[in-house]
Parts: sequence; C-alpha cells; structure tokens
Amino acid sequence: MQSELVRLATTGSVDDGKSTLVGRLLYDTKQIFQDEMDAVEDASRRRGTDYVDLALLTDGLRAEREQGITIDVAYRYFATPKRKFVLADTPGHIQYTRNMVTGSSTANIAMILVDARNGVLEQTRRHSFLASLLGVPHLVLCVNKMDLVDWSEEQYDAVCDDFRQFAARLDIHDLRFVPVSALLGDNIVERSTNMDWYAGPTVLELLEQIHIGSDQNMIDVRFPVQYVVRPHRLDYQDYRGYAGKVAGGIMKPGDDVMVLPSGFTSKIRSIDTHDGPLEEATPGTSAVLTLEDDIDISRGDMICRPHNQPRATQDIDAMVCWMEEGTSLEPGSMYAIKHTTRWSRALIKELQYELNINTLHRDDSATQLELNQIGRVRLRTTTPLLVDAYRRNRETGAFILVNEATNATVGVGMVTGEAS
Amino acid sequence: MSKTQMNHLRALESESIHIIREAVAESERPVLLFSGGKDSAVVLRLALKAFWPARLPMAVMHVDTGHNFPEVLEFRDKAMADLGVELIVSSVQEAIDAGRVQDVTGPRASRNRLQTESLLRGIQRNRFDVVFGGARRDEEKARAKERVFSFRDEFGQWDPKAQRPELWSLYNGRHGVGEHMRVFPISNWTEMDIWQFIEDEGIELPSIYFSHKRRVFERDGMFMAESPFLTLLDGEEVREATVRFRTVGDMTCTGAFASTASTISDIIDEVSTTRITERGASRADDRVSDAAMEDRKKGGYF
Ligand SMILES: Nc1nc2c(ncn2[C@@H]2O[C@H](COP(=O)(O)OP(=O)(O)O)[C@@H](O)[C@H]2O)c(=O)[nH]1
Repeated sequence: MQSELVRLATTGSVDDGKSTLVGRLLYDTKQIFQDEMDAVEDASRRRGTDYVDLALLTDGLRAEREQGITIDVAYRYFATPKRKFVLADTPGHIQYTRNMVTGSSTANIAMILVDARNGVLEQTRRHSFLASLLGVPHLVLCVNKMDLVDWSEEQYDAVCDDFRQFAARLDIHDLRFVPVSALLGDNIVERSTNMDWYAGPTVLELLEQIHIGSDQNMIDVRFPVQYVVRPHRLDYQDYRGYAGKVAGGIMKPGDDVMVLPSGFTSKIRSIDTHDGPLEEATPGTSAVLTLEDDIDISRGDMICRPHNQPRATQDIDAMVCWMEEGTSLEPGSMYAIKHTTRWSRALIKELQYELNINTLHRDDSATQLELNQIGRVRLRTTTPLLVDAYRRNRETGAFILVNEATNATVGVGMVTGEAS
Repeated sequence: MSKTQMNHLRALESESIHIIREAVAESERPVLLFSGGKDSAVVLRLALKAFWPARLPMAVMHVDTGHNFPEVLEFRDKAMADLGVELIVSSVQEAIDAGRVQDVTGPRASRNRLQTESLLRGIQRNRFDVVFGGARRDEEKARAKERVFSFRDEFGQWDPKAQRPELWSLYNGRHGVGEHMRVFPISNWTEMDIWQFIEDEGIELPSIYFSHKRRVFERDGMFMAESPFLTLLDGEEVREATVRFRTVGDMTCTGAFASTASTISDIIDEVSTTRITERGASRADDRVSDAAMEDRKKGGYF
C-alpha cells in the first residue's frame, strides 16, 4: 500500500484522441466497471459506431453529451500497485484555456496528444506553453493515431523533431515522447507489436517511472498559517498550535523560525498531528506547529526561516489569466485577492502586455484581458503579501482574483520575479 | 519511494485536512452532514484530525428520511454520543406531516428525492454557510466535474455551467447572505482509498456493511431488504440470504448483494476484484436515466 499520489493533466486538440486515450488508460488498468462499460456499449450502438467508443467513458455532463465535446475539467482516478493517479481531463478548444490552466495548476505530469498525421499544430504549441507557464515539471507528448500513418518511424521522428525545436523556447525540464494508437491500445498499457522500432516505455510505464520526488521545493521553508488551534479543554489548557500545510522546505522540531509579517523569531517546539508528533514535515504535509515562545500569530501569517524569507510586498508583477466570460481585467479595477491563506484587496495598476499564446508574441498595446487571455500585470495590494516567484514555489507564487460584488473567481495569477 | 514522499493515503489525508480547515476558517456556521455511511464516517474522522487537539468546531446534521436501516441509526447515535456531539436531525417525515412535501407511494416509492427539501430547510433554519459532504468524484460522472468548494445560491441550486475555477490549493468560499458552500473534502478519494483508510484508522462502521443473514427479495438484479417501507410486486418472494451493503441509504432504494466479506480486509479484497460500480450495485434511483444525478444536483441535492 506504499503507493505515491501523482497528479496528471491531459490535453490535445479536438479529435486528436484524448478521450479515447483516457478511456483506454482507464479500461486497460481495469478501472472501468462492467455497468459503465455496458452503458458505453449501448451508447456506441445508439450512435451507430462500429466499435466501442471508449471516449464515451469520460463524457460528463449532459450539455457536453449533447454537443459531443468535453467542456470542463473532469477528474478521473486510476491506480497501479506503485502509484495512484488523479487525472484532470481538460478539453483542448481555444476558448477553454481556462480549463487547461486549471487542470495543470497542480499537475506533476502533463500528457499532450498530437495526431501523427497532422503533427505539431498551433493548438499543440498552446497547450505546451500553458503547461510550462503553469510549471508542470514533466511533459509527455503522445503521438497518436500511429495506425493511420502505417506505424511509420519517419513520421514519428519528424513530429518529435518539430516539437523539440519549439519546446526549446519554453521552460520545460523533462520532455518524453511515445508513439501510440489510443484506439487500438498500442503503447498505452500494452506494448505495441506494430512498432518494433520503438524500444521505449509505454505511456503507463512512463507515468509509473517519472520521478516526482524532487518536483516540490524542499529548500525554502514556507508554512502559511491556516488556523490557530486553541483547545478549550482541561487536558490541553495552555496549548496553542498553528495549523497549516507545508508549502515548501522541510521543517523539524528545534528549527529556528521567523513569523511574517511580524518578524518575531522563535523555535519549533513540536510538529503535532492527531497520530502523534512528527520528526519532520515535508511539503504537502498538514500538521500543527507549536513554538517555544508565545507570539501573536494569526491566519494568513507565514512561518519561515530567519535567513530565507519570502518577499513581503504590496507591489506584485504577475502573469494573469482571465477566467470569466463577459468581463475583463482592466487597469484601475479592484479585486479581492487570495494568496496562500491570506485575503487582501488588489488594484490593477498596469497591463504591461498581452501574451499571444499561439505565437508567444507580446502585444503591449493591449488595454484589457478577456476570458482565456493571458498577460503580464502589475498589482498593488492593500496589505503586503508574502510571495515567492511562481517558478520557485507553485504554492506561494500563486493567487486568485475575486470579484468583490459577485464573489466569482475571475482571474488567476503567477508571480514573476521582483517587481521593479 | 523516497523518504520524503508520502504514501497516497497520507497525501489524500493532508489534502482533505487542508480543505476542511480552509472552509472552517472562512465560515461563520459550518456543518458536517453525517448519514452514518462510510464516506461520512471518513469525513468525520478527517474533521476531527484537522482540529485536534481542539474539539470539532462544527455542527453535525443528518437528513433523516424515516426509511433508514435501524442498524445505521443505532450506529449514528452511538457515534455522536461517543463524540459528545449533539446531532441536528432534519426530518423528511416531519416535512411530509407538515405538508411541505408529498410522500411518494407505490411499490417502488423512494423518498430519496424528498431529501432535498429537508436538507435545504435544515441549512436555512440553522443559517449554515458551509456544508461538508462526503461525495467523491469517482462515484458518478456529474460528480467528476464538481468543485471541492461548490457554490449554492439562495435556493440551494448548483449551476454546473457557472462553477468557480479552482486552482492550486486556493479555495474561494466567498458567498452572500442566504447562499452557502458545499464542501467536499474527499473529492479525490476512490472507494478503495476509503476502505484502506478505514482499515488503517480502525474506523467503526454500521454492521450492514459486513456480511450478514437477512430476509431479502430480488428486484432489478439487487437484493432489497424486507421492510415495512417496501411492498412486494407480483412474483417477488422473500427469502433469507447472506448479503452485505456497499453503500448506506434508504431501505427503499439501497440494494444488497451476496457476499461473505465479514472484515474490512475481506471487503478490500472484494472491492479490488468487483466489476460493478458502487452506485450500479446498490442505487436503484440512479438507474432511471444517465442524467439522473445531474438533474437532482441542480435542484440542491447532496
Ligand atoms: N485510427 C485511430 N483513430 C483514433 C485514435 N484515437 C482516437 N481516434 C478516433 O479519433 C476520433 C476523436 O477521438 P476522441 O478521443 O473523441 O478525441 P478528443 O476530441 O481528443 O477527445 C474518434 O473517432 C476516435 O475513435 C487512434 O489511435 N487511431
């Protein structure tokens, strides 16, 4: 039962075969139950397809079933003895950048599909760029429909070369390629017998092998305080603990710490959980810290190390993606902002440029960001936030913007370097 | 797996605890829905762990249809007594008696749909603004798309087209007066994760989850328990069988299946080889149509 949790995001242009591939992964890893399969066989028959359409396994809401396309992020689960996978299944339409950004935000691995006949398309470049912008550490390019190009190695190589050239311009650290046929199941879970020239791992083997242990920031200690635990009970009368989830670094009892924004210093006395105290807490661990000294700490504060602090600033430069239909981000507007466990308010000072996610061209004449547009924005917050660059830490470098009148989440941001 | 890597159950637990704390920290009046089923027992355990050593900082509510298994009610009451928590019961029978909803009749009558009224009434009466539920995304297609923090308007309605984007671990629980958030801390857990966690933590469950002898009759490929709430149809016959239940719901719509699994580890073995989904195996009400769940959820259902 010592299996690791791995988060995946999949995307591809429409009809590249993403739903088929996901259906195939689920089916071949035996996550599909007989009653689900019966429903899919029924539906396939009703639609008049002459094979069982595995893509139907992942079609969610009614509107989508009617339109025949997936339009929102859906989550799927499958497991092997080594790993448990949470898969964010996101559609590839241009208007749905929002969903891809969402699905990629927590992913360890992004799987991008291309049709071997068409090679790298504008949409492929967009998906790859978004995965890199969202800091997904590993990218797997699945070259699909190999059956339709006679399992040709030349064709596969050409697609890979093309992609490599483009990817060199992006911040992608780990890039893998697999030739597959999602429809026939070649190299998804079962090894293909049609492509002897390919000796590499299947998609599932890759998903099991890619090392994700070093994806998180193990160096910069960051502990955003969620909740102050003050038990009003006799057996814990003077107990005062700070509940949170480690957002970076490794914390141990005895470590010197600094609390921000106050700047008070202390030592960690204990790292408590209901199951007993921990000797160390690594990123992703929920725990309760107690400190040696009685200092005033509340929700939204950050515990870090005295010589390794996030930046406390009211001026933030960030890449922002606009997430709401019918509204836009414009300089001069004000939003609620949530960063780690802290809410504040943010004024949009400046839109420096809009980034064309197909060409990576920067348009500095842009005056607003609409749904699915991404741009570099300068914000000023009413109180200081404790930020790191998103590249360094995906937890302390991210924020959301919320419309104060409707409470809708309208934008999401990733902190870039130092604001100048 | 390296030393710094958590196993998947601990990773899921940490995520759930984070979610529960975020929701409570930003809520005035949180409540946990407790049905006595395995998923709500897991959410309850996670909530206790999230605030330990402080006590549970939220109310607990049960929507009681009046058609529950007696074993489950007994378990529910004992669990609450052990915790020292006073349970709020929102009763469907009361709603029927007061004429707010009309009881269903006929041999296939299920009060499942009537729960929505009592649930929303319980939420409004107590002015709850955060409502924890034990739904999982692997249960059903409509659930697969629901957010962890799911906004409900003043009528309790869910709008699948207007869900808030949810990224990283940044949850937006802001809402106006009369509106509320449904929060699903175990969204990313599968049925298998639930059972492994129950085994790991030694969580107690109602006895109907384990193999037992019961008087049942066969309907729609499931065994329905003999009860005063169900009338036999022509050709249906009651007999004794060795069965267990995979989910806990009303006696009228929760089916059992033949099983000899009498311990958690037997159940884990069974779950890992079964070829039928939890809902397919035991929920008569979801079989009506492919879009059944989506429709009920839009109306304010769990
Ligand atoms: N020949 C062939 N067809 C495929 C393959 N994968 C998917 N398809 C077909 O391509 C079409 C689009 O697939 P689908 O999975 O719905 O694409 P999506 O829009 O990316 O989710 C369907 O007709 C599939 O059956 C493949 O490997 N080979």
